Amino acid sequence: MSAATTDPRGGLSDFFYRHSGLLTLALLLPPLLWIGIVYLGSLFALLLQSFYSLDEFSGLVVHEFTLTTYGHLFTASNLTIILRTAVMAAVVTMASAILAFPIAYYAARYAKGGWKALFYLAVMMPLWSSYLVKVYAWKLILAKEGIITWMAEKLHIGWLLDALLAVPVIGGSSLSFSYIGTFIVFVYIWLPYMILPTQAALERVPKNFIEASADLGASPRQTFRTVILPLALPGVIAGSIFTFSLTLGDYIIPQIVGNSRPFIGTAVYALQGTAGDIPLAAAFTVVPVVIMGFYLTIARRMGAFDAL
Amino acid sequence: MRSERGATLPLKAAAIGGLLFLHIPLALIILYAFTTEEKSFQFPPPGLTLRWFQAAWFDRPDIWGPLWLSLQVAVLATLIALVLGTLAAAALWRARFFGKDSISLLFILPIALPGIITGIALRSAFDIMSIPFSTWTIVLGHATFCIVVVYNNALARFRRLSGSMIEASMDLGANGPQTFRHVILPQIGSALLAGGMLAFALSFDEVIVTTFTAGQQATLPIWMLNELIRPRQRPVTNVVALIVIAVTFLPILAAYYLTREGEHTGGSGK
Repeated sequence: MSAATTDPRGGLSDFFYRHSGLLTLALLLPPLLWIGIVYLGSLFALLLQSFYSLDEFSGLVVHEFTLTTYGHLFTASNLTIILRTAVMAAVVTMASAILAFPIAYYAARYAKGGWKALFYLAVMMPLWSSYLVKVYAWKLILAKEGIITWMAEKLHIGWLLDALLAVPVIGGSSLSFSYIGTFIVFVYIWLPYMILPTQAALERVPKNFIEASADLGASPRQTFRTVILPLALPGVIAGSIFTFSLTLGDYIIPQIVGNSRPFIGTAVYALQGTAGDIPLAAAFTVVPVVIMGFYLTIARRMGAFDAL
Repeated sequence: MRSERGATLPLKAAAIGGLLFLHIPLALIILYAFTTEEKSFQFPPPGLTLRWFQAAWFDRPDIWGPLWLSLQVAVLATLIALVLGTLAAAALWRARFFGKDSISLLFILPIALPGIITGIALRSAFDIMSIPFSTWTIVLGHATFCIVVVYNNALARFRRLSGSMIEASMDLGANGPQTFRHVILPQIGSALLAGGMLAFALSFDEVIVTTFTAGQQATLPIWMLNELIRPRQRPVTNVVALIVIAVTFLPILAAYYLTREGEHTGGSGK
């Protein structure tokens, strides 16, 4: 410990080594201040804004505490927007879970060595590819003159596509102007978020559980239903947190692919931009936060947090 | 043994079908960058040409400003995230204290909540404090959600670092900065590089938060969004899309190779 007296820098190092709590604090302070001030500060500002209101005559924000903005939130047209978004998020989540499971299952249980790495990259590359480029790709695919129409004609099932588009509500003039289109793009964009946690959960299923189940006379189908599926469920729920939350908050996909009926995200975007009604936009964003709050509470009970 | 049998045919088909679903759209974007058809998204393309690369390079000066701004923002946000993310990981790596879980949750929150919330929250804060939009308002938002990417990568590597090496270094008379420079940094370096590259890719491509923090400025993704909503020259947008794929593809691949030996692979949590 002689260094402590001769070298002042060494002395400081020794001091921090002996008082590791202070070292933790010194290291933690800068990132904590950043997140605390920039992020939590902003979230607080957002919450504050939702208690202000917009003066209807001047179009300016009145900086006084009021609940009228929340009153505006619960009008029939806004509730329809919230319901539409929640239904879309739920349907997208279920479809992602169904599509993701075979990929995750194959990657976790059958892919070995190089194949496994390839599978992993094959899921990760689309996850990290540019979000806008992916949305744009679907604009190309779903367009009336695009590849889907072309394929439907080649396969002589153009009538099926037309019948699908003729379905009220979910149909439209072409796939890129219908709810079906919006739904497909949502599923495509968020699918990797579902695959990764599902795969992670499946890989943690102990091999000897499966052997034990087979030894005790269960058929592969029974083993799957009573052993593998329950153990994989937390992973699927962890994935659903992402698919659900991301669909609730997205405002770009419905603008580019879909019939221009608003979702929560597009409503918030329009309110803060052209309408200049930041208080109502702020109140609107509280909705997904509250919905996610409930969702996370349920997910936690089902053990999804351990699977993250 | 039953569990060692190969995959059944339907499972294989569903898995491969799923992967094709993930990759065909990206392949199509590449194809469309070469199409001769200008006005529509006609498939199959009537012909192939390199004309649009030339057009994007020479005839569209409006691409350069957004590209430059995006690069600037991504570099600045990555640097800030590298410093703050590493500090956070270093602090939380071995520490045990009350509220630690809440603090790590805090770092994850900016990517767990929908981006629109982060975006409009920052916008309200700028609004309340009358901060004018600038490059720095964009950087502020990007750095916030990039911290977690660096944090995750650094934390995974710190966990593999053995504490006794640091003690040995201190016993041999090295001070804190020396220990950091010669013992810790060589071991976490590649994880930081990987985290930095992922953060760069994340920032370069970000549009949801940026729309709210950019004001009248346009980053490359915002330029693209405007082209998607009000198209001017579709094939040029296709070319830019192809370039964006390339710019984000390479750092992600590099990050994967830098961290693949570990139990946590870079990029598994976006």
